[in-house]
Amino acid sequence: MSSPRGNVATVPGSAFDESHRTAPHVTIRGLSKHYTDATIYDRFDLDIPRGKLISVFGPNGCGKSTLINMIAGLVPPDAGEVLFDGRPLSGIKFGYVFQNYREALFPWLRAFDNIAYPLKLMGVPLAERNSRVEELVGHLGVKIDLSLYPYHLSGGQQQLVSIMRALIVEPEILFLDEPFSALDYEMTLFMREQLQRIFLETGTTTVLVSHDLEEAVYLSDYVLLLSRHPARVVEFVPFDAPRPRTDRTMTEPSFIATKAHCLKLFQREVQRG
Amino acid sequence: MIKPRAFLPLIGIAILLAVWTMVNSFRLVDPVLLPSPQSTFRTLWQGMIGGKLGADFVKTVVRTISSTAIAAVIAIPLGILLGSSEKVYRSVEFLIDFFRSTPASAMFPLFLVLFGVGDRTKISVAAFGAALVILFNVAYGVMNARKTRLLAAKVMGASRSRVLFDVMLKESLPQTFVGLRNGVSLALVIIVVAEMFIGSTDGLGQRVFEAQQLFDMPGMYAAIFAAGALGYALNLLFLLIERRFVHWAGR
Repeated sequence: MSSPRGNVATVPGSAFDESHRTAPHVTIRGLSKHYTDATIYDRFDLDIPRGKLISVFGPNGCGKSTLINMIAGLVPPDAGEVLFDGRPLSGIKFGYVFQNYREALFPWLRAFDNIAYPLKLMGVPLAERNSRVEELVGHLGVKIDLSLYPYHLSGGQQQLVSIMRALIVEPEILFLDEPFSALDYEMTLFMREQLQRIFLETGTTTVLVSHDLEEAVYLSDYVLLLSRHPARVVEFVPFDAPRPRTDRTMTEPSFIATKAHCLKLFQREVQRG
Repeated sequence: MIKPRAFLPLIGIAILLAVWTMVNSFRLVDPVLLPSPQSTFRTLWQGMIGGKLGADFVKTVVRTISSTAIAAVIAIPLGILLGSSEKVYRSVEFLIDFFRSTPASAMFPLFLVLFGVGDRTKISVAAFGAALVILFNVAYGVMNARKTRLLAAKVMGASRSRVLFDVMLKESLPQTFVGLRNGVSLALVIIVVAEMFIGSTDGLGQRVFEAQQLFDMPGMYAAIFAAGALGYALNLLFLLIERRFVHWAGR
């Protein structure tokens, strides 16, 4: 079992990180969360490297979502601290994408205005809001009629709108909580490619909670494998296949080996329960 | 092109008119008690166009709309206030449910004492009944705002008041309109009853009651139809407003 700390600097390739910085982006120290019937986290430590895509994977109910919800301030931790380059959450811009896009988007706003809403909260004037949305749409090459209301869009399109709403503030870090698990398989595959493209375009530090190991390995630079609660880091598994990854990536030995390794650790964790 | 389906509702109307005409022409019911459709609708038409019925109709519309408006002005802000804190709502829930279950007509004597005989009593009893219905629906609309949507706004950095105005209010709108539609229906019922029995000289309720007293059966049926049309139109009006402003309801 290896600690996530220290891994970052030793992984080959991290020296070519866009930011040219090796210091972790997010430092989590002593994070604890108790519910009446269970301790989900007990003095949990983790470093999240900069400009990487991290997938969080683990047994059901181990607190995958709770982890990113605590980092993103949606769930208050009982103890511990989370710092982003030494600053608290209130000092940074971040994006969060919910699993349930249907309930996360605002049906009274057109898709365009949904994307622009975080800018409105920041007090950005209308003209600038519009130009920034246009810019993001052009940048990502999104082909959706954004003058429609969310309920007229398909599930995948709605989730894409959610992701754009999270990206519009140019976040330092992007959280996604099982973003594709409400979509059908075809749409899931399409959305994986969209997310990979967005990550390649923006290089934003991304934390993705996934319940699909194939997806977790395929998309990420590191798979964070969590144990049953109280959650510990079982392993912080690197996967450094070059991007853009394609269907062929999934047939390569390194992918198969990484996935098998993760599965073995996962099953060991499940059986411990 | 209009689809044939659009004509389906006409079939029910045609059947009613056919049965009515038949009953009338075969004298199955004393024609004094059930006049022919022609004489009824002639009376309705003449009454509405320049007759006394039209003036009574307008009176009832004004009373119903004013009581609903008063109810909405009081109940919507109060409902938002109560609904935004579940604890607050739970502490007054029993009172709301109790008075919502109390027949508003049982309140007439009390309101007569308070406001005397006149429009103020009618309108205030109807407003009282409608307000409780609206209040209850608005509060539930606010309380049942999707948690994910509130969290989404919060995570984007919305302040408490922003969450209230941008999300909770919008979230409660569909339920608010349910309340308004139920409220206006109830207000009409109360207004018509009040016009019949608490010293009124005009209004549809008074028209029905007076026609019955004078044994003017076509006049009575005409007034009943006018009241029915009014109730239907009010409901339709609120539905149209709802579709215009709450386009996302039920989607």
